Amino acid sequence: MTAATPARPTGLRAFLAHGAYVLRDNPVTLIAFALFLFIVFCAVFGPLLAPYDPLESNAARALQPPSADHWFGTDSLGRDVFSRVLVATRLDLAISVAAVALSFCAGSAIGAAAGYWGGWVDAVTGRVVDTIMAFPLFVLAMGIVAALGNTVENIVYATAIINLPFYARVARAEVAIRREAGFAQAARLAGNSDLRVLALHIFPNALPPMMVQLSLNMGWAILNAAGLSFIGLGVRPPTPEWGIMVAEGANFIVSGEWWLAIFPGLALMLAVFTFNLLGDGLRDLVDPRRRT
Amino acid sequence: MAESGGHGVGGAAGVMGGSAPYARRGPSPTALGRWLKGERLGEDAAIALAAGRAAARARARMIGRRVLLSLPALVGVVIVSFVLTRALPGDPAAYFAGPAADAQSIAEIRAQLGLDRSLPEQFLVYVGDLLGGDLGQSISTGQPVLEELARRLPASLELTLSALILSTLVAVPLGVAAAARQGTWVDHACRAVVTAGVSLPTFFTGIALVYVFYYVLGWAPAPLGRLDLLYFPPEPVTGFYTVDAVLAGELETLRGALAQLALPAVTLALFTMAPLARMARAAMLEALGSDYVRTARAAGLSPTRVLYGVAFSNAMLPVVTTLGMVFSFTLGANVLVEKVFAWPGVGSYAVEALVVSDYAAVQGFVLAMAVLFVALNLLIDVIYTLIDPRTRQGA
Repeated sequence: MTAATPARPTGLRAFLAHGAYVLRDNPVTLIAFALFLFIVFCAVFGPLLAPYDPLESNAARALQPPSADHWFGTDSLGRDVFSRVLVATRLDLAISVAAVALSFCAGSAIGAAAGYWGGWVDAVTGRVVDTIMAFPLFVLAMGIVAALGNTVENIVYATAIINLPFYARVARAEVAIRREAGFAQAARLAGNSDLRVLALHIFPNALPPMMVQLSLNMGWAILNAAGLSFIGLGVRPPTPEWGIMVAEGANFIVSGEWWLAIFPGLALMLAVFTFNLLGDGLRDLVDPRRRT
Repeated sequence: MAESGGHGVGGAAGVMGGSAPYARRGPSPTALGRWLKGERLGEDAAIALAAGRAAARARARMIGRRVLLSLPALVGVVIVSFVLTRALPGDPAAYFAGPAADAQSIAEIRAQLGLDRSLPEQFLVYVGDLLGGDLGQSISTGQPVLEELARRLPASLELTLSALILSTLVAVPLGVAAAARQGTWVDHACRAVVTAGVSLPTFFTGIALVYVFYYVLGWAPAPLGRLDLLYFPPEPVTGFYTVDAVLAGELETLRGALAQLALPAVTLALFTMAPLARMARAAMLEALGSDYVRTARAAGLSPTRVLYGVAFSNAMLPVVTTLGMVFSFTLGANVLVEKVFAWPGVGSYAVEALVVSDYAAVQGFVLAMAVLFVALNLLIDVIYTLIDPRTRQGA
């Protein structure tokens, strides 16, 4: 910390000023940020705001199209689709946040170690990462869930494993280019241990590109988790979750009951879209050169 | 020449950072000079022939090395799939023996499956089985897994390949046009496709397309498999219904097969278009800002020739590399699309197996897809070597 402290305030202020500039310059990022807050709001307060109990069935009002009472219509058991979509936000977000957090921690630890020490550590972790990448990733996730057992936790683990290579690679590259940087050598000369130099001096500097990766990856993680539950893995039927709701609604689409599949699908799309836009925006913030 | 102004900065940066690997991009200056003067490169026949032979030899060496490099990936894939088959929840022997089994029959099954041996021994047996083409038996159908996968693979490949061809045909011209006319409506359209494409869940796009084109408009047939019951499948030659129908001369069947194929292929193509268009645009922008394009422009080549002759052939290299990544996504997305359209491919086989906990079938599918993917990456790298303008010169 010692080396970085004096530069902090100006750095942070400059970063915020740059952030404000980018947001003003690029209204799309502002929209993405607003959408992100909206989704987080739904995840936190969704169960409180839902007008109906998402699990309560009522045969008398089954398969009704959208109306003032039921904004998104009702499903084959008479459950309110709007409430289910709203309540599902928390579970969908929780699965992908947990998966991405796991793979961020594990991936950056593996990648940072490989980038810092090189040698056999690098060789071994490189092989592991290459092996994961040798699989079509969604297919590997299916295999992992099949092997570990069909539960929500295992969906999280499987999604975390298939995302691991991306973090490991970014962390390795970012740490490797800073390994012999002046500030790292100064920290070593001052008597810091390797682990301390890596964790407190080099890694914090590698964080911005990792955060961009995180945000770009988040949308992909949501898509994968929803895809797994779409094919019947993880989440069990009565639980509201976007992937499984689309799967249930798919049976009714050929007879014209479009609202069952379309609304949860749109919610899923909006979430993924938000994280992708946010990732692009964050990349502009962190690295203006890579703007496209 | 008018449009070159915008790329001057990129060109200057390229000069300053002119490290060896970048400098070697594009035709070498002397060869370009001779080509520009209108000389045929093969004029000095002996030299050209020798250079050609050397280039072919170098290329063969490169391909050989690439084949060797894919072996570790293959070994890794086999190890992972071995671990996955041994990591079944609970005791695999108890699982395979069924719920009514007593301790003795479980022990028998264990010995029969080789689970009582040490792990390295089990691994060797597993590898031996794989080499003999044995992926195990499916519990639900009682058929060998390899046989069923082989029977269903053509359906999946037909879908995947038509989707990839479709998306390449749309995405590459779109990306190239967006790069050539940066900032115009083509560029914005390209950006919209890219942003929307990566956010669309494949299974959702499929369902939305079914609703619009089957239920509302009535243009598409019911999303139930490869061919309507009205038609008989054509005589199997390649296993691709469309190709087989053409070979058998049954145009009516071809029409039926194409009608069934259209929606799932478009669904998958929409999904793969985004990364391809994005990469085509980025690669084309980089090529247009490069030294060799500046040189070609300065030498007075027509804009069309610069764009398609010089920039395009170099920009296609990263696009071909992206195809590998895209294929990985497509093999995964295939599973979802096949489920939506009841497409009888390997993906829906795996989904059916997953539902009834038919582990041998699922792991066989995972292994088969991984091997296919490794082979495809190899093929893509070989194509890369063959189309790379740098290796054509016989460096």
